[in-house]
Parts: sequence; structure tokens; C-alpha cells
Amino acid sequence: MTPLLQVRDLGKSYGRHIGCADVSLDLWPGEVMGIVGESGSGKSTLLACMAGHVVPDRGQVIFDTRADGPRDTVSMSEPARRMLGRTDWAFVHQHARDGLRMGVSAGGNVGERLMAVGARHYGDIRATATDWLGRVEIDAGRIDDRPATFSGGMQQRLQIARNLVTGPRLVFMDEPTGGLDVSVQARLLDLLRGLVRRMGLSAVIVTHDLAVVRLLADRLMVMKDGRVVETGLTDQVLDDPQHGYTQLLVSSVLQV
Amino acid sequence: MIRIEGVAKTFTLHNQGGAVIEVMRGAALRVAAGECVGLVGASGAGKSTLMRMIWGNYLAAAGRIMVGDVDVAQAAPRGIIALRRETLGYVSQFLRVVPRVPTVDVVAEPLLALGHDEEAARAQARAMLARLNIPQTLWALSPTTFSGGEQQRVNIARGFVHPFPALLLDEPTASLDAANREVVLGLIAAAKARGAAIVGIFHDEDARARVCDRLVDVTAFAPQAA
Repeated sequence: MTPLLQVRDLGKSYGRHIGCADVSLDLWPGEVMGIVGESGSGKSTLLACMAGHVVPDRGQVIFDTRADGPRDTVSMSEPARRMLGRTDWAFVHQHARDGLRMGVSAGGNVGERLMAVGARHYGDIRATATDWLGRVEIDAGRIDDRPATFSGGMQQRLQIARNLVTGPRLVFMDEPTGGLDVSVQARLLDLLRGLVRRMGLSAVIVTHDLAVVRLLADRLMVMKDGRVVETGLTDQVLDDPQHGYTQLLVSSVLQV
Repeated sequence: MIRIEGVAKTFTLHNQGGAVIEVMRGAALRVAAGECVGLVGASGAGKSTLMRMIWGNYLAAAGRIMVGDVDVAQAAPRGIIALRRETLGYVSQFLRVVPRVPTVDVVAEPLLALGHDEEAARAQARAMLARLNIPQTLWALSPTTFSGGEQQRVNIARGFVHPFPALLLDEPTASLDAANREVVLGLIAAAKARGAAIVGIFHDEDARARVCDRLVDVTAFAPQAA
């Protein structure tokens, strides 16, 4: 088996400031990797570089494409990378409004992604959109409402539906439960776990919440000052942290 | 099924002057299929530490920890993930679940992770919950609000719903009443009969005597004793 994603020596600097440096990782099909660290540790920069939103200064992001096998997405043409972003990749933003079109109906937000990959039959698109709203527990009666009328948790679920409707193989998530009520977070976590399992998705989740990664991630990567300080099985990193920074991070939490 | 040789464990406390604490040296253990081995020793002697090294959430500093043909001390994370999915079950003292997930789904999860049909997995989960006397009215609720004994039985149900070839049991009868204790001892006996290799920690001496074929005193693995 080939890793779905291979990151090699990825680095990005902003002037003299290091965004992230020397990051390498393998992500296997069906695996969920958590990336934790404090604000400014470089985890979001790393995610943006992996997802092609930011061009890294160095390194490779090799994705196992359906058609041509492993290809470096950093050196790939812009249209080819954009196509991957519409078909095989998804990106869930921390703030749902960054990932949704607020002026378009809920059904339109989901349908738009289908049309971007070639769906043309209105009835089919609407049926698929309705199905996905159900899967993320949004009442079908809200299909023609705009997301601006939704609660924060509903907006986040709609963003997830919009992202997963095209059947991606890899999902990047930036603090997907950040800013939500604890009870809404729990529901979203359960939803994400179910979707990951049923669709065989791989995911990279950036968060500062150790309780979220404990429940969601198979593997964990800890970042500090733009560099990876520790990686391993999630419960091993949390229960028996080897690096001083991880020990500090774990012991600073009330309960994980 | 489980073979442990020369296992050592140290903790390095980077935020307390880099103190290195050696807690175990030269640990050895063999558990055959169909056998239950009880770990004994005073509190703090390292029973849980050894069990966690077998589960893989504690890193061994040295030695081999073979579960089937996987060396947990050396395996890559994805090797351990596969081992836990298919081969190695663990009934811990703590229930860690996503809040608001129904109990029946919590118990069915090991089967769903193996790709079993969702309805069949739920049916098996319901049968296991019934066997452990969890009232049916609770099955659709999250176990996070359950009593200690009920949470423990949910943990046990999850650990026994799939016939894992190797099982780690951390105080599986600790907070159970007599009737449920009998059910759990019956589950352990049945697991042994189908060939599971079991490592257990039991403070309940009578339970220990009934299910364990051998006892291993982990005090012998303390660094000063080695």
C-alpha cells in the first residue's frame, strides 16, 4: 500500500520568521492525523501549505492521485492542483463563513460543489444535496434557506456537507470544532468520526484541543516554533509524552 | 500469543530538571492462547505500566513486546492501530467516549471499525448489553451520565463484543455487584475457552483465583530487584 499523502521537508518562512520548517509525514488511507500546538506554532501554516493555499518555500507534498499515482502537488500545474482541490481534497475552515457562500442557499452551497465536478441534472443535484443535509443532521426543510440564518453549529455542518459531497479522499480541517458550544462540538465530533469511517476518508486536523484529538485522531504530531517536536500514536503521545514541550502541554490541560 | 522479553521503562521529566526515573527493568512474560495471567504486586509496583506498554500507549525503553507477530515496542503507529483493531482488546478502568453517542453505538464501534454491517454490529452490541444487565432504557443514551458500575460494564461490553485473540483487562470486576461480577467472570472464561490470551489486573482475590491460570509478581521487574 502507498501512503495517500507524503510530505517531505516542507518549509515556509515569512521573511526571517519561520512559518514551518523541516516537516515530513506520511498519511495512510483511512487514517486521521491530529496536529496540535499553541497559537503561532505553525500548525495552520503547515496545513495551508499541504492544502495548496500557501506556496511553500521548500519541500514536496506528494499525493497518490487516482489517475497517475503519487504526484508532487507543489510542482504540479495550478489547474491540476485546483482540480484536486475540487475532487479528491476538501478543506474545512474554522469559520464556516470562510468555507461557505453566504449569499447562496444551503442546497446551493452543496450543489455548487457537485456542479464544479460536472453534475448537470437539477433533480439529481437537489436529491444529493437533500441527502447530505440529512447526513449532517440539517432539516431538509431548510434547503432553500441561506446559511446566514443558521446557527454556528449548523453552518459548520453545512460546510462539512459541502466539502464531502464530492466524495473526497483527503480532508484538511482547521480547528473544525473551535468556537462552537461544547455540546455542539460533541455532535460534530461524532458526525466526523462516522463520516471518516463510512467513507474511508483520511484527514489532517489542526487543533489546540487535546480532548478533540484524543477522540478523533489515530496519530498525533506536536508542533512548536514551526517545527515538529514529537509524533506518535495519539494516546501514546498524550499518556507518555517524550518531549519536554509535549509534557508541558499535556500537564497544562485540566483533563484529557 | 503474548511474549515479553527484557522490557524496561523510564520516564524523563523534562520540566523537573530532566530527572530520569527508571521504573522497570528486565520484564518478561509469556501468555499462551487460552491462558489468563494475573499481574500482581503492591500498588505502584508497575502492573498498569506493564499493561500500558503492551497496549502501546507507554513507550518501552528496551526489550520486545510481541503480540501475535507484531512487536509493539518497535511497530509504527499504523501497525499498532491495526493490531488494536483486529487482535488486541483492552478493557480499561476509564470510559473515554465522544459525548452524546448512544451506548449501543459505543459498544458496536469495534465491530464497525472492522467493517461489519451496521445493523448486525448493533444487534451484537445489544445482545452484549443485555448479557451485562444494562437496562434497555439506557441503550439509546450516552454512557457519560451512567453510574461507575454501568460505565464499567459498557467498557467490558466493548472489549468483548469482538472476539479479540488477545485481551488486556484492568480491574474488570472492580465496581460490580455480585450478579454482574459472575457475568464478567463467565465472559472471561468463555474468552479463554475460545483461545484468547488474557493479561489481567484483579484486586478481587476470589475473581483472580477463579480465572487466572498463573500469577506474575511485577515487583520482580523493579530496577533495584533486577
